Amino acid sequence: MTTVPFHRRKETKLVFRYLTAASLVVIFVFPIYWLFAISFKTPGEIFAFPPVWYPKSIQFNNYAVLFRDGDAKTVGNSLVVASVSTFFAMIFGTIAAYSLVRFRTGGENLAVWIISQRMMPPVAIVFPVFLFYVWLGWVDTYIGLIILYTAFSLPYVIWMMRGYIEDIPLELEESALIDGCSRWEVLWKVVFPMARSGLFATAVFTFVFSWNDFLFALVLTRTEVTTYTVQVTHYFGGQSNFWSKIAAMSVLGTIPVFITVATLQRYLVRGISMGAVKG
Amino acid sequence: MSDLKITGLHKHYGAYHAVKGIDLEVPSGEFTVLVGPSGCGKSTLLRTIAGLEEASAGTIEIGGKDVTWARPRDRDIAMVFQNYALYPYLNVYENIAFGLRARRVASAEVDKRVKRAAEMLGIAQLHTFVDALLFLFDEPLSNLDAQLRDDMRVEIKRLHQELGRTMIYVTHDQIEAMTLADRIALLRDGKIEQLGAPLDLFERPATRFVAGFLGSPKMNFLPATIEAGEVILRDGTKLTLPPGRKAPNGQAVVLGLRPQHIAKAGASAALGHVQLPSTIELVQPTGSRVQVSMPLGGISITAEFAAHEVTAPGEQVRIDIDMTRAVLIDPQTDKVI
Repeated sequence: MTTVPFHRRKETKLVFRYLTAASLVVIFVFPIYWLFAISFKTPGEIFAFPPVWYPKSIQFNNYAVLFRDGDAKTVGNSLVVASVSTFFAMIFGTIAAYSLVRFRTGGENLAVWIISQRMMPPVAIVFPVFLFYVWLGWVDTYIGLIILYTAFSLPYVIWMMRGYIEDIPLELEESALIDGCSRWEVLWKVVFPMARSGLFATAVFTFVFSWNDFLFALVLTRTEVTTYTVQVTHYFGGQSNFWSKIAAMSVLGTIPVFITVATLQRYLVRGISMGAVKG
Repeated sequence: MSDLKITGLHKHYGAYHAVKGIDLEVPSGEFTVLVGPSGCGKSTLLRTIAGLEEASAGTIEIGGKDVTWARPRDRDIAMVFQNYALYPYLNVYENIAFGLRARRVASAEVDKRVKRAAEMLGIAQLHTFVDALLFLFDEPLSNLDAQLRDDMRVEIKRLHQELGRTMIYVTHDQIEAMTLADRIALLRDGKIEQLGAPLDLFERPATRFVAGFLGSPKMNFLPATIEAGEVILRDGTKLTLPPGRKAPNGQAVVLGLRPQHIAKAGASAALGHVQLPSTIELVQPTGSRVQVSMPLGGISITAEFAAHEVTAPGEQVRIDIDMTRAVLIDPQTDKVI
């Protein structure tokens, strides 16, 4: 009787591991690949059977149509409302979090109340907000969506930044106060740089939340500031679906998020792990 | 002229009374050490001087100006914290320059001063090196290892000599207090227990607490009674009354003896000294000296001998107690008689 040598068993184990990893990657990446592939296919290729696994030639017609019809502008709308609301939510949220941490504003309960706002299902407030916006004349305006997304992101930003600010040694701030800084200068010169990783990580998530929102955009926009998430649904028709447009629009909608995450990845990983240590 | 004058200072945290009515005046150029056990209010007092905590009552004057309600940056102070308080995202130069820039010093002047500070000190906490009337230190050495702590203590003392500025230094380490201070304020439970020159406090403590806090190893406290001008310990051992001390017959007292004032007996006892036989229980060599434990008056006391005077437990020795340096404490009030 022969036994399998130890190093051979180890090799088999390794091969098995790689095979498992590779198949998982295929399962997860394939839908994304398929989306990209469709966006470059001709209508004939899209509906071909058996399926065409990769487009014969890269053609940008599907994208050209989106730009010609002005549909691509909705990605720009998404970009404007998501980034401006992220900017304001980060500014106000960080200041609020600083106040909660350093001045114990509202005691322990205020912080919990703030995060509880996040747990409310958006659909519960979307119609009251709609009626209010009609009265204000804010439906289908940038300002309407920006204010809403800012307000909606604030609890998350406050909650996250609270954790990061708690991690900043108090002595750094006190030292700056004695050295001649005002509270606002401390915030700008000590708190922001010290919490930089956390700021970026929180900002990325806030941006992605607003970017992916569908419900508010659907109810509160008509034609002027339609976001790309709403635009995509226009291509699902009663009789047929415009797969080429759906794919091309989805790719356009993915790229800004992809670029944001890729450039800020360094901070993202550090920021998330920082938050993981402190609750 | 005094650089700092504190009058009737109180600090409450909700129901907790941290500082209970402190009056303190620090003359210009003096190095004052606030020392005491944890929770005695010394750090709170310093932070209130700095303006990082608000006073609940009383006034604080710095350089003759009432700053009780002034912001930290308007108090003309510099402060060093227990943790280094260096900004990790700035380089060394920018760290030193931070305080100067915050005070809107012109950039040529910043450059000059940063370079001078770097030359003088060489390491951490440089950014506090700004021109200030009052320098505050909040246990700056307690995070360092023993060796570095000794070196930095020398540096701080030298800095004080060179700059001649008024410095207030908080520590729980009595050695630091003794070595650095021109004057020590020993705090206990939010109040100043005794204020004076280090040797005054060491040699003439006002209370049992001060006597026990300063000095290492700790002072020995032996319960005793006074009879016919002699101190009678619990086991009947008779010691002469320290000269100049008066106590009525029959009064219960606590006799305080520093380990340094109990020696191995020579040929004859000097005036005011008492010699007794004893047996060594425990030997702890420290290098230059040796700490020994032995029974006296029914309890175990500690004495400090020269390095090779005793070698092993069980050794029979004759000890010499310097009663001229002993203190008598009233057990009712804990005050030194």
